[in-house]
Amino acid sequence: MTQTSTEIAARVGEILNAHEGMEGPLLPILHAIQHAYGYVPRDALPIIAKRLNLTRAEVHGVMSFYHDFREDPAGRHVLKLCRAEACQAMGADRVAAHAQNRLGIEWHQTTKDGQITLEPVFCLGLCACAPAALVDGKVVGRVDEARLDAIIEGVR
Amino acid sequence: MKLYVPRDAAARGLGADEVADAIMAQAAARGVTVEIVRNGSRGMVWLEPLVEVVTDAGRLAFGPMTPADVPALFGDLTQHPKALGLTDALPWMQKQTRLTFARVGVIDPLSLADYEQHGGLVGLRRALGMDSAAIVAEVTESGLRGRGGAGFPTGIKWKTVAEAKADQKYIVCNADEGDSGTFADRMVMEGDPFTLIEGMAIAGIATGATRGYVYLRSEYPDAIEVMTEAVAIARKAGVLGASVLGSGHAFDMDIRTGAGAYVCGEETSLLNSLEGKRGVVRAKPPLPALQGFLGKPTVVNNVISLATIPVILERGAAFYKDFGLGRSRGTIPLQIAGNVKHGGLFEVAFGLTLGEIVDGIAGGTATGKPVKAVQVGGPLGAYFPRTLFDTPFGYEEFGAKEGLIGHAGLVVFDDSADMLKQARFAMEFCAIESCGKCTPCRIGAVRGVETVDRIAKGDAAAIPLLTDLCNTMKSGSLCALGGFTPYPVMSALTHFPDDFAPAMKEAAE
Repeated sequence: MTQTSTEIAARVGEILNAHEGMEGPLLPILHAIQHAYGYVPRDALPIIAKRLNLTRAEVHGVMSFYHDFREDPAGRHVLKLCRAEACQAMGADRVAAHAQNRLGIEWHQTTKDGQITLEPVFCLGLCACAPAALVDGKVVGRVDEARLDAIIEGVR
Repeated sequence: MKLYVPRDAAARGLGADEVADAIMAQAAARGVTVEIVRNGSRGMVWLEPLVEVVTDAGRLAFGPMTPADVPALFGDLTQHPKALGLTDALPWMQKQTRLTFARVGVIDPLSLADYEQHGGLVGLRRALGMDSAAIVAEVTESGLRGRGGAGFPTGIKWKTVAEAKADQKYIVCNADEGDSGTFADRMVMEGDPFTLIEGMAIAGIATGATRGYVYLRSEYPDAIEVMTEAVAIARKAGVLGASVLGSGHAFDMDIRTGAGAYVCGEETSLLNSLEGKRGVVRAKPPLPALQGFLGKPTVVNNVISLATIPVILERGAAFYKDFGLGRSRGTIPLQIAGNVKHGGLFEVAFGLTLGEIVDGIAGGTATGKPVKAVQVGGPLGAYFPRTLFDTPFGYEEFGAKEGLIGHAGLVVFDDSADMLKQARFAMEFCAIESCGKCTPCRIGAVRGVETVDRIAKGDAAAIPLLTDLCNTMKSGSLCALGGFTPYPVMSALTHFPDDFAPAMKEAAE
């Protein structure tokens, strides 16, 4: 689905109004736009830049610095697997390889049917029940191959 | 019938919501009235979801619970297959000194009344009757040091901000707990959010700061939800606002969400991020205490440091200082993680040895194999072999062994771990997360991965090169990301040379 630029201008304008007077508003604005669209549309950047008195390059620079912000829509479901040390100690690398095989994709890719995007994440704070995953914003602990298969079946 | 079912992320990740739903369904089917409190976690993660039932004798624990175990909760509790006895009598709880975590898992996290019944707001009320210098002196006297990892005396930081002249000052809470193996910040925010709010309010009154921010990582959706709600409740109750508890002192705060950059746990890049910039590290000086958020004097403290302030003001500096060893005073919430039999949060006075923690409290590995290495202090912490298990847990004691306690997370590995692979990961992680400001970190980490790969292919000449590179990164980087990445790399190389030996690698291929 493509968004018309007038629709984006109106909706982003509303988001900018809601953040008026805030100290250091750029991250909250980007989060709000991503929450509304699932990603940050390119057409939103010059509108943000103009309102915050920044250059478009500066806004792009901030957005691209952070792993969270997407330039393009993700799949219908986002599966994040923790790759950090505590999860490694419990077999996270093996589970990640299984996920990539099962889905037929690499990190940051989306399955051909547009259903699942696979992303690495570094620590969800579930280090005492590793390996950990985040499925559409919901945490899951002790993710082995069987549990991962169940997660994938569950969202498909 | 009153029950407690944790809403802590670890408990939810292991099925606490499903257990709570099953309790409601079972109660409805039996026509029994139940009250479920969604509390924080008691910290025994291997027993989560841990359900507690309130009885005349106290709170009885059951775990790890599944929906199938729920019907038996409505029968004879002593015969329940998952019965553990009184929660407070469990060995894990008995051996702890819970000061910062006293209320976590005990109270309803979002009930201000429950909070006050368990000692909440006593510290803030006492602080409101003291002058600024006396509050700062009390914190200095307690010996509290930054629990984020740097270990800088909290009172001295506050004094600098208190004495700075400015029209606006800030309290910024660093809740960007990105270190693997750490979850104390998350647990306190999900289990006892008002203690952090109270600590920040006290910091504000002590330093003359009227605004505060919690910079909370986006990887913690549950903590964001609880903290946001808690701030709204505190504001409505007058704990926050134009006149804190009617004292005339103003202090208010907001929750800000990070965006997945590890380096934003470094205080200056955190400040840049909070200002809406790229999370690039700033050179120091100027210190954030003098020119921090928006160039104004700013206290930047870790969650645990701030959440410990209320108990220090409530019980007094001398009480807190009595715990600990050497220059590490008070208690430390150990986070035991990775391949362990008994993982979770264990708050205790500084001074236990690494062996007592790993073999004793944690009970060894989950896989039952021997412990090979323990990484202490997150991805920038050193890997300790068994031969260093006599090291007492303290800032200076770990520093003397070329390590650090960091945010007090311990990640245990069994003998299947390949330490060359772990060294490579440390460099790879640094390369991914480097903010790019200084060369030793930005370029060094990339070259580090390549150099470890050369060693893996049997090129022994690359070992001194890796050592040299680590020295450059350690002394030439602007912040701890590039400066401390050599800890895991060099400790792996020093303590586990066999994993880097060319002959063995070639034989394995």
